[in-house]
Amino acid sequence: MKKDTAKNLRAFAVELAIYSVLVTAYFFLVLHLLGEWLYHLETQHRYTYGGVALLLIAGQAVALDAVTTLLFRFLRGRWR
Amino acid sequence: MFFPISNSHVDPIYLGVVGFLIGILGGFFGVGGSFIAGPALRLMGVDWNYAVGTDLAHIVGKSIVAARQHRTLGNVDLKLGMIMALGTIGGAEAGAQLIQALKRAGNVNTVVSWVAIVVYLGISVFMLWESQKTLKSGKGQSARKSSGVKEDHSAFGPVTEKIQGMKIWPMIRLPTSGIQEISLWTILLVAFVGGIFSGFLGGGAGYVRMPSMVYVLGIPTHLAVGTDLFEIVISASYGTFTHAIKGNVDILIALVMHTGAVIGAQIGVVATQYFAGPKIRLAFVPLPLLGVAIVIYTLITGHKL
Repeated sequence: MKKDTAKNLRAFAVELAIYSVLVTAYFFLVLHLLGEWLYHLETQHRYTYGGVALLLIAGQAVALDAVTTLLFRFLRGRWR
Repeated sequence: MFFPISNSHVDPIYLGVVGFLIGILGGFFGVGGSFIAGPALRLMGVDWNYAVGTDLAHIVGKSIVAARQHRTLGNVDLKLGMIMALGTIGGAEAGAQLIQALKRAGNVNTVVSWVAIVVYLGISVFMLWESQKTLKSGKGQSARKSSGVKEDHSAFGPVTEKIQGMKIWPMIRLPTSGIQEISLWTILLVAFVGGIFSGFLGGGAGYVRMPSMVYVLGIPTHLAVGTDLFEIVISASYGTFTHAIKGNVDILIALVMHTGAVIGAQIGVVATQYFAGPKIRLAFVPLPLLGVAIVIYTLITGHKL
């Protein structure tokens, strides 16, 4: 039991490190590429902005969840 | 870093850490964590109307992940969630209209701050009283009924029974939650009130709806957590859209906060499996108080950190 917990914690720590790097790169990319366009939409086309905002946050949720699940599964398998 | 939509300077690492912390809260307590997120954004100088709308957007993403995980664990009553979403959407629109009225009057920051203090304080005091009373009565453990539905006791049990006994047509059955009969209007009213808080103070208003589901509707805590998250996906999506077209959403801030929340939510969901209902509720008590402290700080100093 304790061995399993230690393995899970180690996998989680590595996952957190990899995830942090990916996420940092990702959000600087998003802020850089989408910042201007989203600002323009927010000031000029509010309804489109509302729809795009929802799509972006839902899309990010599904994508990041898939990445973290895959990472966790891969790292757990590696230390089993 | 400068966020042009809300015209504010916020450190993205700060946003990621706030997202991570409220991700854990969301997964564990079934609440959006707006009692932390809203004040945390205010602390960085973001106006309340943006804090409310942006928090709603971030909660859509977070709830999608957490609700899916709770569904896998069998903690979601789909029928109840769909009915509640209808009531919440109506309430969220009413709350958003109130924010607009305050924006026009020019006192949105002061009024929302005071309402937040009263609401967060009230929730903490009530949860402390109820969970301690339940634990002292020795009924603090969750048990399984013969039907297989998890049952957990609450000091509010007699009140819950009276509410479930009100015969206002149409009456519906919620077998997943172990409820034989309850008025549709009771569910819609609970959801509508939660929706007003959601539209006015931001987030999913789980701090109001989750206790209401447990104490007023009599839903077992584990199911209330999962169903609340499922319902928040629908209602917060509507709330995000309506706030976005009113100019209250900075989606860039929401996207950055959400990156931290994804991993926090995973930890929170797993943690619910190790605690009984009243203990989850007792652990919830200090969290709104933290939000109160931050709001009072921003009110007294009048500026950000």
